[in-house]
Amino acid sequence: MIGQSRRDRLIAFFMLLPSLILLGIFVYGFIGSTLATSLTDSSAMQRLVGTPANNVGLKNYNDLFTGLLDSRFRTDVVNTVFFTAMFIGVCLAIGMLLAILLDQKIRGEAVFRTIFLFPMALSFVVTGVVWKWLFNPDAGINVLPTVVGLPKGTFRWFISEDQWLQFNWQDLPVIVVYVVLAIVLIWALLRWSRTRGTAPALVAAGTILVSLYLTLGNASALRFPNYEVKGFNVALIAIVVAAGWQMVGYTMAMYLAGLRGISEELREAARVDGCTEFGVYRYVVFPLLAPITLSAMIILGHISLKIFDLVYVMGGGDNLYIDMPGLNMFFETFRGQQFGRGAAIAMVMLIMVAVVIIPYLVSSLRSQEKNA
Amino acid sequence: MKARVSLLLVIAVVMASFGFASAQDAPSGDLEIFSWWTGGGEEAGLNALIARFKELYPEVNVINAAVAGGSGVNARAVLTSRMLGGNPPDTFQVHAGEELNALWVAAGLMEPLNDIYEANGWLDQFPEGLLDLITDDEGNIYVVPVNIHRSNVMWYVPAKLEEWGVTVPATWDEFVNVTCPALQAKDVTPLSVGENWTQAHLWESVALGVLGVDGYNGLWNGSTSWTSPEAVAVWDTYGKVLDCANDDMNALSWQDASRRVADGEAAFNIMGDWAAGYFLVDLALEPGTGFAWAASPGTDGAFMMLSDTFGLPKGVANPGAVRAWLSFLGTAEAQDIFNPLKGSLPANTTAQIDNSELYNAYFQDAYSDWTSNAIVGSQAHGLVAPPAFSNGFAAIIAGFQGDHDSATASANTAVLALQTGMVQ
Repeated sequence: MIGQSRRDRLIAFFMLLPSLILLGIFVYGFIGSTLATSLTDSSAMQRLVGTPANNVGLKNYNDLFTGLLDSRFRTDVVNTVFFTAMFIGVCLAIGMLLAILLDQKIRGEAVFRTIFLFPMALSFVVTGVVWKWLFNPDAGINVLPTVVGLPKGTFRWFISEDQWLQFNWQDLPVIVVYVVLAIVLIWALLRWSRTRGTAPALVAAGTILVSLYLTLGNASALRFPNYEVKGFNVALIAIVVAAGWQMVGYTMAMYLAGLRGISEELREAARVDGCTEFGVYRYVVFPLLAPITLSAMIILGHISLKIFDLVYVMGGGDNLYIDMPGLNMFFETFRGQQFGRGAAIAMVMLIMVAVVIIPYLVSSLRSQEKNA
Repeated sequence: MKARVSLLLVIAVVMASFGFASAQDAPSGDLEIFSWWTGGGEEAGLNALIARFKELYPEVNVINAAVAGGSGVNARAVLTSRMLGGNPPDTFQVHAGEELNALWVAAGLMEPLNDIYEANGWLDQFPEGLLDLITDDEGNIYVVPVNIHRSNVMWYVPAKLEEWGVTVPATWDEFVNVTCPALQAKDVTPLSVGENWTQAHLWESVALGVLGVDGYNGLWNGSTSWTSPEAVAVWDTYGKVLDCANDDMNALSWQDASRRVADGEAAFNIMGDWAAGYFLVDLALEPGTGFAWAASPGTDGAFMMLSDTFGLPKGVANPGAVRAWLSFLGTAEAQDIFNPLKGSLPANTTAQIDNSELYNAYFQDAYSDWTSNAIVGSQAHGLVAPPAFSNGFAAIIAGFQGDHDSATASANTAVLALQTGMVQ
């Protein structure tokens, strides 16, 4: 028996080996090579001549976050954060709503399901072209109200130059540190209120001390050198609508599958216990859909962090109000032909995606171990 | 030792002459032509060239490897990766000037073509200003130009200007202070502008108008400082010009922007002379009445040019066919086939520019400017600045559109010029 299982393992190992090797080379090898490139001043010129690139350490990264000329990249980062948050929010909310509505055993459900899912079959390029026409401030949906005699819409959509929630980019590290400290403090206090242990109490005291230290004068040491106003670019709303239109159906399909997986007995039991219809969703359905929400967030999150084609088509590439790191990376690498800088942007994007994906992987691995 | 060296020399000479001889034989085999000409008159022109070339050299199998999109950005990305991968196309389209020199020539990847120029007598047939642009310090020429475009052209509709009671401004100051308020009072957009690259295109016309020929050239050879008061004044004027423009520029392609002039929504549009083809063919307007042109304000007597060229990369499989193709491209015949379709001027002065069946009124007018004006190179189209500068400049233009901050823009451009090695 033992020999059998060892042979099984050996066979399994050799079956997996080809894909492991391919993954190792084409995913992790190339990540490593991108990382190595990002630490050099590699350019098309250097590659073509064949001279080795100079090692510049973290200069490319330093430039991206503090360099005078890389304001564009910092705008991209701010845009990405706002876009990702709104895109995920819109997709989850509307996707859930559509799924719940479709779950009411209505007639023609299959037809509606297909209609809602259909945009996902299009490529982002098509979506971008269509919505670029629709959002044209002088010809698109702004004109729609005039059909019924209302005044023309004035919202400028993807060419809007308004900015909300403005902040000084210099202060970002300080803001981030305070937010992290606040989260740690709240976590420690919650922990302490439950267990009365000394470790959470010490952590809480430590965070308070650190924030006091920062507040009393040394916070400015953390600030970035250049004064730059960043904020939420209103033009992003247009991108959120276009991207949301495409991905809402997908979120709906995921939720619908989840809803179908919740047995009617559970709902019945809740109703028998005197739960209102709203309560059934609040206390039974939503908690059971939590794993699906998480998966949907991961999938939507990595789509939005890597988004390129939709913005490229809608904005023409150099519209900073809706610019994204992916575009910047493409232009730095292939228009500017500065491979080192392009690779650095790619690594920052990888880190952003990793921040979203790794907690998910860890939690799903853990739950697998539990189940095993 | 000496004997061996001379033996090697003899072998080298024999091989070289053998190679030369084989190039003179009827070329055959594959010839891959790489470009971003995938639509409209450009594609028609390229196809007509290829058709005529096939008649001349039936043995050559031409492969048209055109890459669409992004006004050449996508094609250049593909070209870069092919060159890096050691798989260059047999010949490729490239803008004359820095786009060619800063990379392909500097990296030693192009073959000099002086022998083709000498064999065909092109050194006398191509204008001197153009030859200066494509010749390097050692006197080598690496490309054959197919066409000439002018960048600093202002388009308008004469009847409309009369109706609105304005004249073509002679300087940017006049445009900003006189023309623009007069038009705005009549609810007409004074200037229509499109997406980012058309803004960079407008910027170079403003820069040439404000700085003059020497000052403008100085930006690229280092004699005009980017932070000098004159350079800051360019940004100031550019900002005022943008204030006179439509506020939906980021939503418009260059065709949309030009069309607004034809439709009477806007008074003026600054665009390269490919717009002439758009007015003539796409909008079916008569030159001189349906649409008219002038040098952009303050640039009378200066011809800001760009040129599409083809060259011979080192190490291609079939250099004989490429040389045949390049020898064909530079002839007056080929230029008269291509340029009327593409809507550009022939680079070869022996072309039949007077033939009004081939070249319309705009081009005959532009040609007299081309042969008499001071020639300067376009920044937005890769003549005077390396790719890394153009890329950073796009971001500066986009940032300026948001904040109109001349001081920041000129400081950033100065840093960019230093970082990209344009100014020492």
